[in-house]
Amino acid sequence: MEKRVKFKGWLLPALLIAPQVVISAVFFFYPAGQAIWQSLFIPDPFGLSMQWVGLGNFEFLLSDPFYRASFVTTAVFSILVTLCSMIPALFLAVIADRLIKGSGVYRTLLIWPYAVAPAVAGVLWLFMFNTRVGVVSWYLGQLGYDWNHVLNGGEAMGLVVVASAWGRISYNFLFFFAALQAVPKSVIEAAAIDGAHFWRRFWTIVLPLLSPTTFFLLVVNIVYSFFETFGVIHTITAGGPQQTTTILVYKVYSDGFVSQDLGSSSAQSVILLIVVGLLTVLQFKFIEKRVHY
Amino acid sequence: MARQVHGMVEKRGSGLWLTHVFMILGVLVIFFPIWLAFVASTVTQADIIRPPMPVWPGDQLWTNYKNALFSGINVPVGTMLFNSLVMAIGIAVGKIIISLLSAFAIVYFKFPGRNLFFWLIFLTLMLPVEVRIVPTYEVVAGFGMLNSYSGLIFPLIASATATFLFRQFFLTIPDELAEAARVDGARPMRFFWDIVVPMSRTNIAALFVILFIYGWNQYLWPLLITTDPEMNTIVMGIKQMFPSGDDFAHWPTIMATSILAMIPPVIVVVGMQRLFIRGLVDSEK
Repeated sequence: MEKRVKFKGWLLPALLIAPQVVISAVFFFYPAGQAIWQSLFIPDPFGLSMQWVGLGNFEFLLSDPFYRASFVTTAVFSILVTLCSMIPALFLAVIADRLIKGSGVYRTLLIWPYAVAPAVAGVLWLFMFNTRVGVVSWYLGQLGYDWNHVLNGGEAMGLVVVASAWGRISYNFLFFFAALQAVPKSVIEAAAIDGAHFWRRFWTIVLPLLSPTTFFLLVVNIVYSFFETFGVIHTITAGGPQQTTTILVYKVYSDGFVSQDLGSSSAQSVILLIVVGLLTVLQFKFIEKRVHY
Repeated sequence: MARQVHGMVEKRGSGLWLTHVFMILGVLVIFFPIWLAFVASTVTQADIIRPPMPVWPGDQLWTNYKNALFSGINVPVGTMLFNSLVMAIGIAVGKIIISLLSAFAIVYFKFPGRNLFFWLIFLTLMLPVEVRIVPTYEVVAGFGMLNSYSGLIFPLIASATATFLFRQFFLTIPDELAEAARVDGARPMRFFWDIVVPMSRTNIAALFVILFIYGWNQYLWPLLITTDPEMNTIVMGIKQMFPSGDDFAHWPTIMATSILAMIPPVIVVVGMQRLFIRGLVDSEK
Protein backbone atom coordinates (compact mmCIF):
# COMPACT_ATOMS: atom_id res chain seq x y z
CA MET A 1 0.00 0.00 0.00
CA GLU A 2 1.31 3.46 -0.87
CA LYS A 3 0.20 6.98 -0.17
CA ARG A 4 -0.93 8.95 -3.20
CA VAL A 5 0.08 12.18 -1.56
CA LYS A 6 3.78 12.65 -0.98
CA PHE A 7 5.77 15.61 0.20
CA LYS A 8 8.79 16.64 -1.80
CA GLY A 9 12.40 17.08 -0.86
CA TRP A 10 15.09 14.82 0.53
CA LEU A 11 16.77 16.83 3.27
CA LEU A 12 13.83 16.74 5.68
CA PRO A 13 13.18 12.98 5.39
CA ALA A 14 16.90 12.37 5.75
CA LEU A 15 16.86 14.33 9.00
CA LEU A 16 13.74 12.47 10.14
CA ILE A 17 15.25 9.04 9.70
CA ALA A 18 18.69 10.10 10.95
CA PRO A 19 18.14 9.22 14.66
CA GLN A 20 16.96 5.71 13.85
CA VAL A 21 19.68 5.20 11.26
CA VAL A 22 22.45 6.33 13.62
CA ILE A 23 21.21 4.31 16.61
CA SER A 24 20.62 1.17 14.54
CA ALA A 25 24.01 1.49 12.86
CA VAL A 26 25.96 2.01 16.07
CA PHE A 27 24.13 -0.33 18.42
CA PHE A 28 22.75 -2.86 16.00
CA PHE A 29 24.42 -3.33 12.63
CA TYR A 30 27.97 -2.74 13.80
CA PRO A 31 27.69 -5.18 16.76
CA ALA A 32 25.87 -7.74 14.64
CA GLY A 33 28.60 -7.45 11.99
CA GLN A 34 31.22 -7.79 14.71
CA ALA A 35 29.56 -10.95 15.99
CA ILE A 36 29.73 -12.48 12.53
CA TRP A 37 33.33 -11.32 11.98
CA GLN A 38 34.58 -12.48 15.40
CA SER A 39 33.02 -15.88 14.87
CA LEU A 40 35.68 -16.51 12.22
CA PHE A 41 38.63 -16.01 14.59
CA ILE A 42 40.10 -17.41 17.77
CA PRO A 43 42.12 -15.26 20.16
CA ASP A 44 45.65 -16.51 20.90
CA PRO A 45 46.31 -17.78 24.45
CA PHE A 46 47.58 -14.36 25.57
CA GLY A 47 44.62 -12.49 24.14
CA LEU A 48 46.96 -10.26 22.12
CA SER A 49 45.94 -11.15 18.59
CA MET A 50 43.24 -12.97 16.74
CA GLN A 51 43.86 -15.91 14.49
CA TRP A 52 41.73 -16.59 11.45
CA VAL A 53 40.06 -19.98 11.66
CA GLY A 54 37.32 -19.65 9.04
CA LEU A 55 34.45 -21.86 10.00
CA GLY A 56 36.57 -23.60 12.61
CA ASN A 57 34.56 -22.23 15.51
CA PHE A 58 31.39 -23.60 14.00
CA GLU A 59 32.92 -26.99 13.28
CA PHE A 60 34.20 -27.14 16.81
CA LEU A 61 30.85 -26.11 18.27
CA LEU A 62 28.83 -28.59 16.28
CA SER A 63 31.09 -31.42 17.38
CA ASP A 64 31.21 -30.18 20.99
CA PRO A 65 29.08 -32.48 23.17
CA PHE A 66 28.32 -29.64 25.60
CA TYR A 67 27.00 -27.43 22.83
CA ARG A 68 24.91 -30.24 21.38
CA ALA A 69 23.58 -30.98 24.84
CA SER A 70 22.65 -27.32 25.16
CA PHE A 71 20.67 -27.56 21.92
CA VAL A 72 18.73 -30.52 23.27
CA THR A 73 18.21 -28.73 26.61
CA THR A 74 16.86 -25.68 24.78
CA ALA A 75 14.49 -27.79 22.71
CA VAL A 76 13.15 -29.67 25.74
CA PHE A 77 12.90 -26.46 27.75
CA SER A 78 11.05 -24.47 25.12
CA ILE A 79 8.60 -27.27 24.31
CA LEU A 80 7.81 -27.72 28.00
CA VAL A 81 7.44 -23.98 28.64
CA THR A 82 5.16 -23.64 25.63
CA LEU A 83 2.93 -26.53 26.70
CA CYS A 84 2.86 -25.57 30.38
CA SER A 85 1.84 -22.02 29.54
CA MET A 86 -0.63 -22.68 26.72
CA ILE A 87 -2.69 -25.54 28.12
CA PRO A 88 -3.64 -23.89 31.44
CA ALA A 89 -4.24 -20.62 29.58
CA LEU A 90 -6.61 -22.28 27.12
CA PHE A 91 -8.41 -24.02 29.97
CA LEU A 92 -8.89 -20.76 31.89
CA ALA A 93 -9.95 -18.90 28.76
CA VAL A 94 -12.59 -21.53 27.94
CA ILE A 95 -13.99 -21.25 31.45
CA ALA A 96 -13.91 -17.45 31.45
CA ASP A 97 -15.66 -17.43 28.08
CA ARG A 98 -18.60 -19.35 29.55
CA LEU A 99 -19.23 -16.61 32.06
CA ILE A 100 -21.51 -13.78 31.08
CA LYS A 101 -20.72 -11.67 34.11
CA GLY A 102 -17.49 -11.35 35.99
CA SER A 103 -15.06 -12.42 33.29
CA GLY A 104 -13.60 -8.89 33.33
CA VAL A 105 -12.71 -9.22 37.01
CA TYR A 106 -10.96 -12.53 36.44
CA ARG A 107 -9.14 -11.10 33.46
CA THR A 108 -7.84 -8.20 35.54
CA LEU A 109 -6.56 -10.62 38.15
CA LEU A 110 -5.07 -13.03 35.65
CA ILE A 111 -2.98 -10.45 33.79
CA TRP A 112 -0.94 -9.60 36.89
CA PRO A 113 1.81 -12.17 36.35
CA TYR A 114 2.47 -10.77 32.87
CA ALA A 115 3.78 -7.61 34.50
CA VAL A 116 6.21 -9.58 36.68
CA ALA A 117 9.68 -9.65 35.13
CA PRO A 118 11.05 -13.13 34.36
CA ALA A 119 13.93 -12.52 36.76
CA VAL A 120 11.51 -11.56 39.56
CA ALA A 121 9.37 -14.61 38.77
CA GLY A 122 12.55 -16.63 39.13
CA VAL A 123 13.14 -15.22 42.62
CA LEU A 124 9.52 -15.95 43.67
CA TRP A 125 9.73 -19.58 42.57
CA LEU A 126 13.20 -19.99 43.99
CA PHE A 127 11.79 -18.84 47.31
CA MET A 128 9.01 -21.43 47.27
CA PHE A 129 11.35 -24.29 46.37
CA ASN A 130 14.45 -23.15 48.24
CA THR A 131 16.07 -26.23 49.75
CA ARG A 132 16.37 -24.68 53.22
CA VAL A 133 13.42 -22.32 53.66
CA GLY A 134 11.04 -23.04 50.76
CA VAL A 135 7.44 -23.73 51.74
CA VAL A 136 6.73 -26.13 48.92
CA SER A 137 9.98 -28.04 49.32
CA TRP A 138 9.32 -28.24 53.07
CA TYR A 139 5.87 -29.77 52.57
CA LEU A 140 7.30 -32.12 49.95
CA GLY A 141 9.83 -33.14 52.59
CA GLN A 142 6.99 -33.86 55.02
CA LEU A 143 5.46 -36.12 52.38
CA GLY A 144 8.75 -37.96 52.16
CA TYR A 145 9.98 -36.41 48.92
CA ASP A 146 13.42 -34.88 49.18
CA TRP A 147 13.38 -31.90 46.82
CA ASN A 148 16.78 -30.59 45.79
CA HIS A 149 16.99 -28.70 42.53
CA VAL A 150 20.56 -27.65 43.34
CA LEU A 151 21.73 -31.24 42.84
CA ASN A 152 18.98 -32.86 40.78
CA GLY A 153 18.98 -31.81 37.11
CA GLY A 154 15.42 -32.98 36.42
CA GLU A 155 14.04 -30.98 39.32
CA ALA A 156 16.07 -27.94 38.27
CA MET A 157 14.59 -28.19 34.78
CA GLY A 158 11.08 -28.57 36.17
CA LEU A 159 11.50 -25.50 38.34
CA VAL A 160 12.82 -23.20 35.57
CA VAL A 161 10.08 -24.45 33.24
CA VAL A 162 7.30 -23.67 35.72
CA ALA A 163 8.80 -20.30 36.66
CA SER A 164 9.10 -19.35 32.97
CA ALA A 165 5.64 -20.60 32.02
CA TRP A 166 3.89 -18.89 34.92
CA GLY A 167 3.94 -15.32 33.58
CA ARG A 168 3.19 -16.52 30.07
CA ILE A 169 -0.12 -18.02 31.17
CA SER A 170 -1.45 -14.46 31.44
CA TYR A 171 -0.26 -13.56 27.98
CA ASN A 172 -1.68 -16.68 26.34
CA PHE A 173 -4.91 -16.32 28.29
CA LEU A 174 -5.50 -12.84 26.83
CA PHE A 175 -5.06 -14.06 23.27
CA PHE A 176 -7.15 -17.22 23.73
CA PHE A 177 -9.87 -15.28 25.49
CA ALA A 178 -10.04 -12.67 22.72
CA ALA A 179 -10.17 -15.44 20.10
CA LEU A 180 -12.93 -17.28 21.95
CA GLN A 181 -15.00 -14.13 22.22
CA ALA A 182 -14.73 -13.78 18.45
CA VAL A 183 -16.15 -17.24 17.74
CA PRO A 184 -19.64 -16.60 16.31
CA LYS A 185 -22.22 -17.63 18.88
CA SER A 186 -24.65 -18.66 16.15
CA VAL A 187 -22.35 -21.48 15.03
CA ILE A 188 -22.15 -22.83 18.55
CA GLU A 189 -25.88 -22.57 19.08
CA ALA A 190 -26.56 -24.37 15.83
CA ALA A 191 -24.37 -27.22 17.04
CA ALA A 192 -26.12 -27.16 20.40
CA ILE A 193 -29.50 -27.47 18.68
CA ASP A 194 -28.14 -30.47 16.82
CA GLY A 195 -27.48 -31.98 20.23
CA ALA A 196 -23.71 -31.60 20.43
CA HIS A 197 -22.72 -31.25 24.07
CA PHE A 198 -20.02 -28.94 25.38
CA TRP A 199 -16.87 -31.04 24.83
CA ARG A 200 -17.99 -32.18 21.42
CA ARG A 201 -18.62 -28.57 20.41
CA PHE A 202 -15.23 -27.64 21.80
CA TRP A 203 -13.30 -30.29 19.88
CA THR A 204 -15.12 -30.07 16.58
CA ILE A 205 -15.93 -26.37 16.29
CA VAL A 206 -14.15 -24.13 18.76
CA LEU A 207 -10.66 -25.64 18.68
CA PRO A 208 -10.38 -25.61 14.85
CA LEU A 209 -11.53 -21.98 14.86
CA LEU A 210 -8.81 -21.20 17.38
CA SER A 211 -6.06 -22.74 15.26
CA PRO A 212 -4.65 -19.45 13.88
CA THR A 213 -4.32 -18.10 17.42
CA THR A 214 -2.85 -21.37 18.65
CA PHE A 215 -0.25 -21.46 15.92
CA PHE A 216 0.67 -17.85 16.50
CA LEU A 217 1.06 -18.48 20.23
CA LEU A 218 3.18 -21.57 19.58
CA VAL A 219 5.73 -19.54 17.63
CA VAL A 220 5.68 -16.58 20.02
CA ASN A 221 6.10 -18.79 23.08
CA ILE A 222 8.98 -20.69 21.54
CA VAL A 223 10.71 -17.40 20.76
CA TYR A 224 10.02 -16.28 24.31
CA SER A 225 11.48 -19.40 25.87
CA PHE A 226 14.56 -19.14 23.66
CA PHE A 227 15.44 -15.56 24.50
CA GLU A 228 13.52 -13.99 27.31
CA THR A 229 13.95 -16.64 29.95
CA PHE A 230 17.55 -15.74 30.65
CA GLY A 231 16.51 -13.97 33.87
CA VAL A 232 14.72 -17.06 35.17
CA ILE A 233 17.69 -19.35 34.52
CA HIS A 234 20.22 -16.90 35.89
CA THR A 235 18.33 -16.34 39.15
CA ILE A 236 17.30 -19.94 39.84
CA THR A 237 19.99 -22.31 38.59
CA ALA A 238 22.72 -20.31 36.80
CA GLY A 239 22.64 -23.05 34.17
CA GLY A 240 23.35 -25.88 36.61
CA PRO A 241 23.51 -28.49 37.96
CA GLN A 242 26.08 -29.86 35.49
CA GLN A 243 24.71 -27.61 32.73
CA THR A 244 21.33 -29.35 32.75
CA THR A 245 19.55 -26.00 32.43
CA THR A 246 22.08 -24.23 30.19
CA ILE A 247 19.95 -23.07 27.29
CA LEU A 248 21.63 -21.58 24.20
CA VAL A 249 21.25 -17.94 25.25
CA TYR A 250 22.67 -18.74 28.65
CA LYS A 251 25.66 -20.41 27.01
CA VAL A 252 26.35 -17.33 24.85
CA TYR A 253 26.49 -15.35 28.07
CA SER A 254 28.55 -17.79 30.10
CA ASP A 255 31.08 -18.51 27.33
CA GLY A 256 31.35 -14.87 26.30
CA PHE A 257 31.37 -13.08 29.63
CA VAL A 258 32.29 -15.66 32.23
CA SER A 259 34.84 -17.71 30.25
CA GLN A 260 35.78 -14.85 27.87
CA ASP A 261 35.80 -17.18 24.87
CA LEU A 262 34.86 -14.56 22.29
CA GLY A 263 35.21 -16.63 19.13
CA SER A 264 32.98 -19.43 20.37
CA SER A 265 30.47 -17.03 21.90
CA SER A 266 30.22 -15.09 18.63
CA ALA A 267 29.79 -18.27 16.62
CA GLN A 268 26.98 -19.23 18.99
CA SER A 269 25.41 -15.81 18.44
CA VAL A 270 25.50 -16.39 14.70
CA ILE A 271 23.85 -19.80 15.08
CA LEU A 272 21.15 -18.24 17.27
CA LEU A 273 20.71 -15.54 14.66
CA ILE A 274 19.92 -18.20 12.09
CA VAL A 275 17.45 -19.84 14.46
CA VAL A 276 15.68 -16.52 15.11
CA GLY A 277 15.66 -15.85 11.38
CA LEU A 278 13.91 -19.14 10.70
CA LEU A 279 11.37 -18.55 13.46
CA THR A 280 10.67 -15.04 12.17
CA VAL A 281 10.13 -16.29 8.64
CA LEU A 282 7.73 -18.88 10.03
CA GLN A 283 5.88 -16.20 11.94
CA PHE A 284 5.58 -13.90 8.93
CA LYS A 285 4.50 -16.70 6.64
CA PHE A 286 1.76 -17.44 9.09
CA ILE A 287 0.70 -13.82 9.45
CA GLU A 288 0.42 -13.46 5.69
CA LYS A 289 -1.82 -16.48 5.71
CA ARG A 290 -3.92 -15.12 8.51
CA VAL A 291 -4.52 -11.86 6.64
CA HIS A 292 -6.16 -13.86 3.87
CA TYR A 293 -7.93 -16.08 6.34
CA MET B 1 -15.88 -6.86 24.19
CA ALA B 2 -18.92 -7.73 22.18
CA ARG B 3 -22.26 -7.65 23.94
CA GLN B 4 -23.70 -11.10 24.14
CA VAL B 5 -27.23 -12.22 23.89
CA HIS B 6 -28.07 -14.73 26.58
CA GLY B 7 -28.15 -17.87 24.54
CA MET B 8 -28.85 -21.47 25.26
CA VAL B 9 -25.19 -22.41 25.45
CA GLU B 10 -24.33 -20.41 28.56
CA LYS B 11 -24.48 -22.32 31.75
CA ARG B 12 -26.82 -21.47 34.57
CA GLY B 13 -27.42 -22.83 38.05
CA SER B 14 -24.99 -25.41 39.37
CA GLY B 15 -22.92 -25.36 36.18
CA LEU B 16 -22.38 -21.64 36.60
CA TRP B 17 -21.21 -22.09 40.18
CA LEU B 18 -18.81 -24.77 39.12
CA THR B 19 -17.42 -22.45 36.48
CA HIS B 20 -16.82 -19.76 39.07
CA VAL B 21 -15.18 -22.27 41.39
CA PHE B 22 -12.76 -23.37 38.65
CA MET B 23 -12.02 -19.77 37.80
CA ILE B 24 -11.32 -18.82 41.40
CA LEU B 25 -9.11 -21.89 41.85
CA GLY B 26 -7.17 -20.88 38.74
CA VAL B 27 -6.70 -17.34 40.01
CA LEU B 28 -5.58 -18.62 43.44
CA VAL B 29 -3.01 -20.97 41.95
CA ILE B 30 -1.66 -18.23 39.68
CA PHE B 31 -1.54 -15.76 42.57
CA PHE B 32 0.04 -18.07 45.12
CA PRO B 33 3.69 -17.11 44.41
CA ILE B 34 2.87 -13.41 44.68
CA TRP B 35 0.93 -13.92 47.90
CA LEU B 36 3.79 -15.87 49.45
CA ALA B 37 6.25 -13.15 48.49
CA PHE B 38 3.99 -10.56 50.07
CA VAL B 39 3.69 -12.59 53.29
CA ALA B 40 7.46 -13.05 53.42
CA SER B 41 7.88 -9.30 53.10
CA THR B 42 5.84 -8.74 56.28
CA VAL B 43 7.51 -11.18 58.70
CA THR B 44 10.91 -11.44 60.33
CA GLN B 45 13.89 -13.40 59.05
CA ALA B 46 13.49 -15.73 62.04
CA ASP B 47 9.94 -16.61 60.90
CA ILE B 48 11.26 -17.66 57.52
CA ILE B 49 14.39 -19.63 58.31
CA ARG B 50 12.37 -21.98 60.54
CA PRO B 51 10.12 -23.58 57.93
CA PRO B 52 7.29 -23.75 57.29
CA MET B 53 6.89 -20.01 57.09
CA PRO B 54 3.50 -18.46 58.04
CA VAL B 55 0.85 -18.14 55.33
CA TRP B 56 -0.71 -14.96 56.75
CA PRO B 57 1.00 -11.55 56.81
CA GLY B 58 2.90 -10.53 59.95
CA ASP B 59 3.42 -7.11 61.48
CA GLN B 60 6.82 -6.25 60.01
CA LEU B 61 5.54 -4.68 56.80
CA TRP B 62 6.62 -1.14 57.60
CA THR B 63 10.02 -2.17 59.02
CA ASN B 64 10.91 -4.41 56.09
CA TYR B 65 9.87 -1.98 53.37
CA LYS B 66 11.53 0.97 55.09
CA ASN B 67 14.65 -1.10 55.51
CA ALA B 68 14.65 -2.16 51.85
CA LEU B 69 13.83 1.26 50.40
CA PHE B 70 16.30 3.29 52.41
CA SER B 71 19.16 0.92 53.17
CA GLY B 72 18.75 -2.23 51.06
CA ILE B 73 21.61 -4.71 50.97
CA ASN B 74 24.17 -3.35 48.49
CA VAL B 75 22.38 -0.14 47.69
CA PRO B 76 19.03 1.37 48.79
CA VAL B 77 16.16 -0.09 46.77
CA GLY B 78 14.88 3.47 46.29
CA THR B 79 17.94 4.14 44.13
CA MET B 80 17.33 1.01 42.06
CA LEU B 81 13.66 1.96 41.61
CA PHE B 82 14.70 5.36 40.34
CA ASN B 83 17.20 3.80 37.88
CA SER B 84 14.53 1.41 36.60
CA LEU B 85 12.11 4.27 36.15
CA VAL B 86 14.61 6.32 34.15
CA MET B 87 15.48 3.30 32.02
CA ALA B 88 11.89 2.24 31.33
CA ILE B 89 10.65 5.74 30.51
CA GLY B 90 13.80 6.51 28.51
CA ILE B 91 13.32 3.40 26.37
CA ALA B 92 9.59 3.98 25.88
CA VAL B 93 9.85 7.68 25.03
CA GLY B 94 13.03 7.30 22.96
CA LYS B 95 11.65 4.48 20.88
CA ILE B 96 8.35 6.27 20.29
CA ILE B 97 10.06 9.50 19.17
CA ILE B 98 12.57 7.99 16.76
CA SER B 99 10.01 5.67 15.25
CA LEU B 100 7.30 8.33 14.84
CA LEU B 101 9.80 10.44 12.91
CA SER B 102 11.12 7.71 10.68
CA ALA B 103 7.69 6.20 10.00
CA PHE B 104 6.50 9.64 8.96
CA ALA B 105 9.45 9.95 6.56
CA ILE B 106 8.82 6.51 5.07
CA VAL B 107 5.11 7.01 4.53
CA TYR B 108 4.91 10.64 3.43
CA PHE B 109 8.12 11.18 1.48
CA LYS B 110 9.69 9.79 -1.60
CA PHE B 111 13.44 9.91 -1.17
CA PRO B 112 16.39 8.00 -2.58
CA GLY B 113 17.21 4.89 -0.54
CA ARG B 114 13.77 4.69 1.00
CA ASN B 115 13.35 1.02 0.19
CA LEU B 116 16.85 0.15 1.36
CA PHE B 117 16.15 1.92 4.64
CA PHE B 118 12.88 0.08 4.99
CA TRP B 119 14.57 -3.30 4.61
CA LEU B 120 17.36 -2.38 6.96
CA ILE B 121 14.98 -1.60 9.79
CA PHE B 122 13.09 -4.74 8.93
CA LEU B 123 16.29 -6.68 9.68
CA THR B 124 16.53 -5.18 13.15
CA LEU B 125 13.21 -6.82 13.98
CA MET B 126 14.91 -10.17 13.92
CA LEU B 127 17.71 -9.82 16.40
CA PRO B 128 17.07 -9.64 20.14
CA VAL B 129 19.74 -7.97 22.25
CA GLU B 130 20.61 -11.32 23.81
CA VAL B 131 22.11 -12.48 20.54
CA ARG B 132 24.61 -9.68 20.08
CA ILE B 133 25.56 -9.00 23.69
CA VAL B 134 29.35 -9.30 23.48
CA PRO B 135 29.97 -6.86 20.61
CA THR B 136 27.27 -4.46 21.81
CA TYR B 137 28.94 -4.46 25.20
CA GLU B 138 32.26 -3.60 23.53
CA VAL B 139 30.66 -0.70 21.63
CA VAL B 140 29.07 0.69 24.78
CA ALA B 141 32.29 0.28 26.74
CA GLY B 142 34.18 2.01 23.92
CA PHE B 143 31.91 5.04 24.23
CA GLY B 144 32.51 5.09 27.99
CA MET B 145 28.81 4.43 28.54
CA LEU B 146 29.12 1.65 31.12
CA ASN B 147 27.25 2.53 34.30
CA SER B 148 25.28 5.30 32.64
CA TYR B 149 21.65 5.84 31.74
CA SER B 150 22.49 6.35 28.07
CA GLY B 151 24.26 2.98 28.08
CA LEU B 152 21.16 1.37 29.57
CA ILE B 153 18.78 3.01 27.13
CA PHE B 154 20.30 3.43 23.66
CA PRO B 155 21.15 -0.17 22.72
CA LEU B 156 17.58 -1.18 23.57
CA ILE B 157 15.87 1.39 21.38
CA ALA B 158 17.65 0.15 18.26
CA SER B 159 14.75 -1.95 17.10
CA ALA B 160 12.09 -1.50 14.50
CA THR B 161 8.84 -2.84 15.94
CA ALA B 162 7.50 0.61 16.78
CA THR B 163 8.44 2.00 13.36
CA PHE B 164 6.43 -0.74 11.71
CA LEU B 165 3.42 -0.14 13.92
CA PHE B 166 3.37 3.57 13.17
CA ARG B 167 3.88 2.92 9.48
CA GLN B 168 0.86 0.60 9.46
CA PHE B 169 -1.18 3.21 11.24
CA PHE B 170 -0.10 6.15 9.07
CA LEU B 171 -1.15 4.21 5.98
CA THR B 172 -4.72 4.22 7.31
CA ILE B 173 -4.84 8.02 7.69
CA PRO B 174 -7.02 9.29 4.81
CA ASP B 175 -5.05 10.81 1.94
CA GLU B 176 -7.47 13.73 1.84
CA LEU B 177 -5.98 15.09 5.05
CA ALA B 178 -2.49 15.29 3.60
CA GLU B 179 -3.89 16.67 0.34
CA ALA B 180 -5.78 19.39 2.19
CA ALA B 181 -2.72 20.25 4.22
CA ARG B 182 -0.65 20.54 1.06
CA VAL B 183 -3.22 22.71 -0.70
CA ASP B 184 -3.29 24.98 2.33
CA GLY B 185 0.43 25.29 1.96
CA ALA B 186 1.12 23.61 5.29
CA ARG B 187 4.69 22.47 5.62
CA PRO B 188 5.29 18.76 6.25
CA MET B 189 6.29 19.22 9.90
CA ARG B 190 3.20 21.31 10.56
CA PHE B 191 1.07 18.49 9.12
CA PHE B 192 3.01 16.07 11.33
CA TRP B 193 2.42 18.03 14.54
CA ASP B 194 -1.13 19.18 13.91
CA ILE B 195 -2.62 16.09 12.33
CA VAL B 196 -0.46 12.97 12.41
CA VAL B 197 0.65 13.09 16.05
CA PRO B 198 -2.79 13.92 17.53
CA MET B 199 -4.36 11.17 15.44
CA SER B 200 -1.80 8.66 16.73
CA ARG B 201 -2.54 9.42 20.40
CA THR B 202 -4.08 6.05 21.21
CA ASN B 203 -1.37 4.12 19.39
CA ILE B 204 1.30 6.11 21.19
CA ALA B 205 -0.29 5.40 24.57
CA ALA B 206 -0.72 1.68 23.85
CA LEU B 207 2.87 1.43 22.70
CA PHE B 208 4.06 3.30 25.75
CA VAL B 209 2.50 0.69 28.02
CA ILE B 210 4.16 -2.20 26.18
CA LEU B 211 7.54 -0.49 25.95
CA PHE B 212 7.48 0.57 29.60
CA ILE B 213 7.04 -3.05 30.68
CA TYR B 214 9.70 -4.15 28.21
CA GLY B 215 12.19 -1.62 29.58
CA TRP B 216 11.33 -2.22 33.22
CA ASN B 217 11.72 -5.98 32.95
CA GLN B 218 15.14 -5.97 31.23
CA TYR B 219 17.62 -8.20 33.00
CA LEU B 220 20.63 -9.31 30.98
CA TRP B 221 21.63 -5.90 29.64
CA PRO B 222 21.66 -4.05 32.99
CA LEU B 223 23.44 -7.06 34.49
CA LEU B 224 26.28 -6.63 32.01
CA ILE B 225 26.76 -2.90 31.97
CA THR B 226 25.97 -1.74 35.50
CA THR B 227 28.90 -2.91 37.59
CA ASP B 228 28.40 -0.01 40.00
CA PRO B 229 25.61 -0.90 42.47
CA GLU B 230 24.47 2.73 42.38
CA MET B 231 23.38 2.14 38.76
CA ASN B 232 21.66 -1.24 39.25
CA THR B 233 18.06 -1.50 38.15
CA ILE B 234 15.67 -3.17 40.57
CA VAL B 235 14.93 -6.23 38.42
CA MET B 236 18.61 -7.14 38.09
CA GLY B 237 19.50 -5.88 41.57
CA ILE B 238 17.41 -8.49 43.39
CA LYS B 239 19.75 -11.30 42.40
CA GLN B 240 22.69 -9.23 43.65
CA MET B 241 21.11 -9.23 47.11
CA PHE B 242 21.74 -12.95 47.58
CA PRO B 243 24.90 -13.74 49.56
CA SER B 244 27.56 -15.55 47.54
CA GLY B 245 28.53 -17.98 50.28
CA ASP B 246 26.51 -20.38 52.34
CA ASP B 247 24.80 -17.71 54.45
CA PHE B 248 21.05 -17.35 54.65
CA ALA B 249 19.71 -14.78 52.23
CA HIS B 250 17.83 -11.99 54.00
CA TRP B 251 14.45 -13.04 52.63
CA PRO B 252 12.18 -10.33 54.10
CA THR B 253 14.25 -7.60 52.42
CA ILE B 254 14.57 -9.57 49.18
CA MET B 255 10.85 -10.27 49.04
CA ALA B 256 9.95 -6.66 49.87
CA THR B 257 12.20 -5.69 46.95
CA SER B 258 10.49 -8.23 44.67
CA ILE B 259 7.10 -6.75 45.55
CA LEU B 260 8.42 -3.23 44.96
CA ALA B 261 9.83 -4.38 41.60
CA MET B 262 6.44 -5.57 40.41
CA ILE B 263 4.30 -2.67 41.64
CA PRO B 264 5.03 -0.13 38.86
CA PRO B 265 4.50 -2.53 35.92
CA VAL B 266 1.40 -4.00 37.58
CA ILE B 267 -0.05 -0.50 38.04
CA VAL B 268 0.63 0.27 34.40
CA VAL B 269 -0.82 -3.01 33.11
CA VAL B 270 -3.89 -3.13 35.33
CA GLY B 271 -4.58 0.62 35.28
CA MET B 272 -4.26 0.90 31.53
CA GLN B 273 -5.67 -2.53 30.80
CA ARG B 274 -7.57 -1.62 27.67
CA LEU B 275 -4.60 0.18 26.12
CA PHE B 276 -2.31 -2.61 27.21
CA ILE B 277 -4.34 -5.32 25.51
CA ARG B 278 -4.64 -3.21 22.41
CA GLY B 279 -0.90 -2.56 22.38
CA LEU B 280 -0.19 -6.25 22.89
CA VAL B 281 -2.41 -7.34 20.03
CA ASP B 282 -1.11 -4.55 17.74
CA SER B 283 2.55 -5.15 18.39
CA GLU B 284 2.27 -8.86 17.68
CA LYS B 285 0.36 -8.47 14.46
